[in-house]
Amino acid sequence: MAESLLRMTGIQKAFAGVPALRDASLRIGPGEVHALVGQNGAGKSTLIKILTGVYRRDAGEVLWQGRPVDLKSPREAQGAGIATIYQELTLVPQRTVTENIVLGYEPRKPWGAIDWRAADARAREVLSRFGIELDLHRALGSYPTAIQQLVAIGRAASMEAKLLIMDEPTSSLDEKEVETLFGVIRGLKARGTSVLYVSHFLDELFQVCDAVTIMRDGRTVGETRIADTTKLDLIAAMLGRDAEEIRAAGRTEFSVGEQRAGEVFLEARHLASDRRLKDLSLEVRAGEIVGLAGLLGSGRTEAARAIFGLDRVTGGSLKVGARAARIRGPRDAVAAGMAYLSEDRKVEGIVPDLSVRENLTLALLPRLSRLGIVDEARERRVVEGFIKALGIRTADMDQPIRELSGGNQQKVLLGRWLALEPRLLILDEPTRGVDVGAKLEIQSIIAKHVEQGCAVLLISSEFEELIEGAHNIVVLQEGRSVRRLSNPGVTESRLIHAIAEQPDDALEAAQ
Amino acid sequence: MSAQNSLTGRGLGGVGEAPAPRRSRLNRRLLGLAAALLALVLLNVAMTPNFLQLQTLAVNVSQVAPVVIVALGMTLVIATGGVDLSVGAVMAVAGALAPLIFGSGWGVANPGLGLAAAFVGPLLVAAACGLFNGSLVSFLGVQPIIATLILFISGRGVALVLTNGNLQTFTNPSFTWLGTGRALGIPVMGWIALALALVVAVVVRKTIYGRYLLSVGGNERAASLAGTPVATVKIWTYLICSTLAGLAGLIVVAQNSASDAARIGNLMELDAIAAAVVGGAALSGGRAPILGTLLGALFIQLVGYTLVANGVPDEATFIVTAAIIVIAVWLQDSRRRT
Repeated sequence: MAESLLRMTGIQKAFAGVPALRDASLRIGPGEVHALVGQNGAGKSTLIKILTGVYRRDAGEVLWQGRPVDLKSPREAQGAGIATIYQELTLVPQRTVTENIVLGYEPRKPWGAIDWRAADARAREVLSRFGIELDLHRALGSYPTAIQQLVAIGRAASMEAKLLIMDEPTSSLDEKEVETLFGVIRGLKARGTSVLYVSHFLDELFQVCDAVTIMRDGRTVGETRIADTTKLDLIAAMLGRDAEEIRAAGRTEFSVGEQRAGEVFLEARHLASDRRLKDLSLEVRAGEIVGLAGLLGSGRTEAARAIFGLDRVTGGSLKVGARAARIRGPRDAVAAGMAYLSEDRKVEGIVPDLSVRENLTLALLPRLSRLGIVDEARERRVVEGFIKALGIRTADMDQPIRELSGGNQQKVLLGRWLALEPRLLILDEPTRGVDVGAKLEIQSIIAKHVEQGCAVLLISSEFEELIEGAHNIVVLQEGRSVRRLSNPGVTESRLIHAIAEQPDDALEAAQ
Repeated sequence: MSAQNSLTGRGLGGVGEAPAPRRSRLNRRLLGLAAALLALVLLNVAMTPNFLQLQTLAVNVSQVAPVVIVALGMTLVIATGGVDLSVGAVMAVAGALAPLIFGSGWGVANPGLGLAAAFVGPLLVAAACGLFNGSLVSFLGVQPIIATLILFISGRGVALVLTNGNLQTFTNPSFTWLGTGRALGIPVMGWIALALALVVAVVVRKTIYGRYLLSVGGNERAASLAGTPVATVKIWTYLICSTLAGLAGLIVVAQNSASDAARIGNLMELDAIAAAVVGGAALSGGRAPILGTLLGALFIQLVGYTLVANGVPDEATFIVTAAIIVIAVWLQDSRRRT
């Protein structure tokens, strides 16, 4: 390899005495697409934030284009040619597409006013590279998240950076959009731009990356060409385990045993809502996991929202525990024994400033209180129990939840619902954006509760999770349930076929 | 179960120790505020003539008590992510009503009942104002600043109509005791304000309402998904805020033995917001540092007093108050970035 574009060595960083990085290093060549992998809490985000000037390092050296640098702010990093697309969208949804693309770099007329014509032209050019055409003057927020994500990526790519950092760029993209993104990445690479690619989707790395750096517990534990490694080896290195051991255990913690489901707990018949759900029929029994499969936009989340009373039901019927139920909101749903872990942890899950304890007991509060007073001693006992049972890694239960890693936040939210001892657990992408270790733990927690008779409705974009986890899979297309697959016997190809087949063929097959 | 018992022990111990990073951070701010307050007191002891007189304390307490009472409610509203501009107007309405009730023919004929009604009636009206504000915010989704602007404007108008736009003086020693009475040398209303601060602080920390309040302000959608009765929590919060404002209005009227609808509670909304912000409340919601609000109100009061007592013109105190708020906001902002 020629001289490195970036070389970080011996990086250390501690927060309030707690080391986040102990000995991290990273080396990226010019025009190289480099993957950075590791569990949540391994230090990937911290390392990136040091590189982009958000944090200052405590020790270590950063060489940028062969010269030692000390980037003190994101602005300086951008000036040096390092552009970042963060995991969370950092655009302004109320403003137009054009405004978002040129934000901070608006082309000017000689007297200082913004040259909107030039701005539109640049926006159009940026988007055309992705092969998408948008109304440039519409508010960005009116487009789906996936489109917004592509706009964010386009914006960063348009800044003529030498290094482009992508933190989980595909987490809200569907397959086709991912392909588009990969095309853009290859284009960038061809023009000599390096890309640092952070993703939990290991399969993607093999499609688009040249090399990979693996982190664990604040250290860089490996660096290799992508061609010289396998997915299993990567997982093993991230977890610090032996590859053979993992191979023996299977890739998810789910295993479909005998079908010994109990009574039907939830029964939907031709359910429709005011939000894209047109015709959903399914039943979930106690002790059974029912998967909801479908493409992005097929109405999986909308199905969950309608069942939980978040969207207005406009047609069909819903029975809970063999009785017709009118669920008008989350309170009704909770009272009926349901729990709903939303897919958007940040927006619909955590209350960032409250502690782990306060977040975990939020739904349980009425049962922890007498005459309006919270029984804090009992609360602490409950939380203590869940921290142990779910393996939540936190300094103590009074730590603000925002300081936890994504996987641990997710466990707290899972605990919030499990504490209610629900009879039906609706899980919307419970392991998305969560590292491999936490993912296995979360799956095994779910499996345990199912064994104890809890019914689960599982929404997942990961075929493995559905195939290995669900007893039955209901396939959705365009807001309708079109097919029901039963395990054992579901294979990836059968599932993909069911998801992708033409709705007309499927009508007869619908239950 | 022995395991459970040991957990209990630990749990109870934890209540007292509470080594929470969040709390310690907030405590640091409170300590800073308390230290600033103490420094100001010491400065006054050295500089201001007759500062260590009971009379000085009484004057300050009677000036700050209504602000504290209003600011307590304001802190709760701010914790939901809202703001209540109508508190001054609600003070005026409540204050204008009281003399009308005990001074009416019926009130004069039944002094005991009249006095009770003069307390309860205006507070109920104030509560109704809060119910109105809260309903607009919760059910119609009106932004708090607009929703409370309605009563901000119309409330004072109602008060002026009630009093025909005149200054209404009265003589009713039982009622004026609320504003002028003393216990242990300190104005009664000072004790009332202190007691209310304690009650509200306990409510925030120990009750389910307090927890809901912080979660609604911290992330409304998450709270709602977890089954929190968001609308109810908000309505109660506006209701509490207005009722406290009503009480403050009664106190001010009692203090002056006169109700002046045009002036009661004038600019009180800003004083209350200032106290809350200096005390560490975040306008984005999710935090309700009641003790901070109390200290914030005291601090602003004492700064004003210090300046006036040392011959600085009244008008200049506004500028200093503004500077304090700027510093408080800056502290909050820098804290968030680190």
